[in-house]
Amino acid sequence: MTTLSTQKPSNPISRFFRWFFYRSRGDSPFKTILIHAALIIACVIAVYPVLRVVTISLRPNDTLLTTDLRIIPENATLDNYKEVLFGSPEKNRKSDFFLWIWNSISIVAVTSVISVILASISAYAFSRFKFPGRSAGLVFLLTTQMIPAGMLLLPLFIMIAKLKMINTPLGLLIAYAVTAVPLTIWTLKGYYDTIPVDLEEAALIDGANRFTVFTNIILPLSTPALAIAFLFSFMGGWSEYLVARVVLQKNESFTWPLGIFTYAQQFTVSWGQFAAASVLIAIPVMALFLYSSKWLISGLTLGSVKG
Amino acid sequence: MENENTFRRYLPTVLWIAALTAVYFTLNTLISPYADGITLNGKIVSEHVKELGGFLLGIFGSIALIEIYIYQMFFRTPKDLVSKIVTRTLQVIVAIAMVMVIATFLETTDLFRMGDNPIGNFFRSPITGFTNLKDTLISSGIATKDSATAVAGVFVSLLLLVVFAFIHFTSVPRNSRYGLAYLLILPAFLGVLFLIIYPFLFEIKLAFSNASLGTQATKNAQYGLQYGWANLVALFTGSVAKDAKFFEVLWRTILWTVINVTFHVAGGMGLAILLHRPMKLQGVYRTLLIFPWAIPATIAAMALRNEFDSRYGLFNILLGNLNTWLTNVSHGTASIIGIGNMFAWLAAHIGPVSWKQDPFWAFVSILISNIWLGIPFMSVIILGGLQSISQEYYEAAEIDGASKWQQFRNITIPLLRPVLTPAIVLGVVWTFNKFDIIYLITQGGPQEKTDILVSSMYKAAFSFYRYGFTAMFALVIFAILFLFTIFYLRITGGLKSATE
Repeated sequence: MTTLSTQKPSNPISRFFRWFFYRSRGDSPFKTILIHAALIIACVIAVYPVLRVVTISLRPNDTLLTTDLRIIPENATLDNYKEVLFGSPEKNRKSDFFLWIWNSISIVAVTSVISVILASISAYAFSRFKFPGRSAGLVFLLTTQMIPAGMLLLPLFIMIAKLKMINTPLGLLIAYAVTAVPLTIWTLKGYYDTIPVDLEEAALIDGANRFTVFTNIILPLSTPALAIAFLFSFMGGWSEYLVARVVLQKNESFTWPLGIFTYAQQFTVSWGQFAAASVLIAIPVMALFLYSSKWLISGLTLGSVKG
Repeated sequence: MENENTFRRYLPTVLWIAALTAVYFTLNTLISPYADGITLNGKIVSEHVKELGGFLLGIFGSIALIEIYIYQMFFRTPKDLVSKIVTRTLQVIVAIAMVMVIATFLETTDLFRMGDNPIGNFFRSPITGFTNLKDTLISSGIATKDSATAVAGVFVSLLLLVVFAFIHFTSVPRNSRYGLAYLLILPAFLGVLFLIIYPFLFEIKLAFSNASLGTQATKNAQYGLQYGWANLVALFTGSVAKDAKFFEVLWRTILWTVINVTFHVAGGMGLAILLHRPMKLQGVYRTLLIFPWAIPATIAAMALRNEFDSRYGLFNILLGNLNTWLTNVSHGTASIIGIGNMFAWLAAHIGPVSWKQDPFWAFVSILISNIWLGIPFMSVIILGGLQSISQEYYEAAEIDGASKWQQFRNITIPLLRPVLTPAIVLGVVWTFNKFDIIYLITQGGPQEKTDILVSSMYKAAFSFYRYGFTAMFALVIFAILFLFTIFYLRITGGLKSATE
């Protein structure tokens, strides 16, 4: 290694090759180019299908079916967006878009609030106290992650039907809480474990009780984790389709995944409107996701990586 | 000075409120010309808010009452013998009432039937009493039909609070070792009990029944070991949904899981290694690469389904273009060099594919979709793991003359294990259960040749209404996953650190 780098070839061409393909420190330019090329290809694969949805949404209705691969189509128009948002008086069709969004947001937000409140309290106990049944409880929570999404769906469905909650937001809320609560406990427990116990012990010596410790030390310190947990359970229910399809059967109680699916099921498939609705929904969600991805990622590894 | 501080403190809030009001009014003026085309209106919103808010209040109110009850069990002790007797009596009465309410709830949801006898009526009495209270409230004009439940609930809670207050004032505090922990766990425990354990028990019961559409779900269903046996036999010998057989679907599920997880881990590892170095544009790449993860899965699945269209889908357009190019080359440049035959052979074999009709290509299409969707997640996890490995290990290895491959094999992989093990276990379990992509793209077709176990189960329940059969099916799937996880954890010894 040392001999190679100290010898200087006299020939300028071989010197160029040496510089291009071999460097003792860091990546050689050749390698850098290869890496960038690979990453650019990967990025294109990751992004292009998403951009195609935008393309379809911009197409005028008469050229929906085309083998064109351009991102901005010819005669691009916003008609699809207008129809999705405000309905079309010509076709005598009203727009359910805002209704779907409202249904989704209200159901998923309430689910997340419930699961974060329940979990923030009990995760603290799992993280800080030793009591009979603790490890059994933790293993049980992990086991619930193994339950197939559709597995408890049947008993839940019958239960929801018996409680006369079909077609109501409450029914779906119950079904979503099944997966949200254990996952949130698990995430938050992982985060509480990283908060030093010394802080609490100091406060306890100073005369605080457990409740003040929890509200004044633990909760403020774990605000980011609470936000992550909220976001996780929100994301979990936000674009859920299969459970919603079973629980909600009336058009006015639909959440948006069911809603946009109706565009594909109508007698004439309205891909343009489907795509426009998708873009309208995906943009805020993706913006939020990309913005918060850093914290999301740290939240994912919390439970698993310790020390 | 004081004034300025107050001003400063409230300025952001005021600005936020102003901004939100401005946004609201702008939206309002923008939307109002079209408002009659929109079905959402204030009435629907207020109804929802009432329903969900009432639900939240009910949940947290009942949890609070139960918490107080348990708190008094752990942390209060009666002063003297008389209060002790009264306190314990009250507590036992409340406990019995709770048991009776739960029993009635279980009966309503058909877990078991108490029958129309005195004992059953006795157990139903709290709920019957509650209904009667509601009726009285409505007939006496204190509450309307909508608010009756709320008013009656407040009434019962007040009664309970009086009981609790009595217990509180006739008792002295005492210490409890585990009390606080149990109090903290209680809300989530109740949630899990209601949401997971109860449905699970119900499922076990359903598995031993002949419940189906014909029996009106559980209404006229019969239960017994022979029905469970029949369900089990039907599962392993008959068709699981319409055509497909159990072992065929199981094999496909394993294939689906193995291929997906392998590609996710390999692709994620590749991307993570590429990204894990100081370089320009790293932030841009990272943002773009997690696009498939960021886009809502339903939208992605629907969009991809569109791309697998035989004529207008992206994949067939690309394959068609490739085919044309290969044909042209085989006639042009390549024939001059003398490898025209090779290109002609390629052109004959590479071309548009019928993604929807051919079972093999339908399976490939869902694999492509799910791999595309899953790689970003893995790469992000692995990148996080890579960044937690200290650079010093590699420097030391470099000095000792280890090659890049040896470094990867002996430093990266072992140190990634704490991240990889749970990621792979969860990845396997999630993929095994993940059928929304399948359902949205191929709906299991053609002829259920792309169904996996969970999607067959979903169909058996909600397309063919074979409830008892589905419950047994679900238990079998659960058993398979459970065995896998135990087996895997035994081998790797992973996840132990997480529960300690």
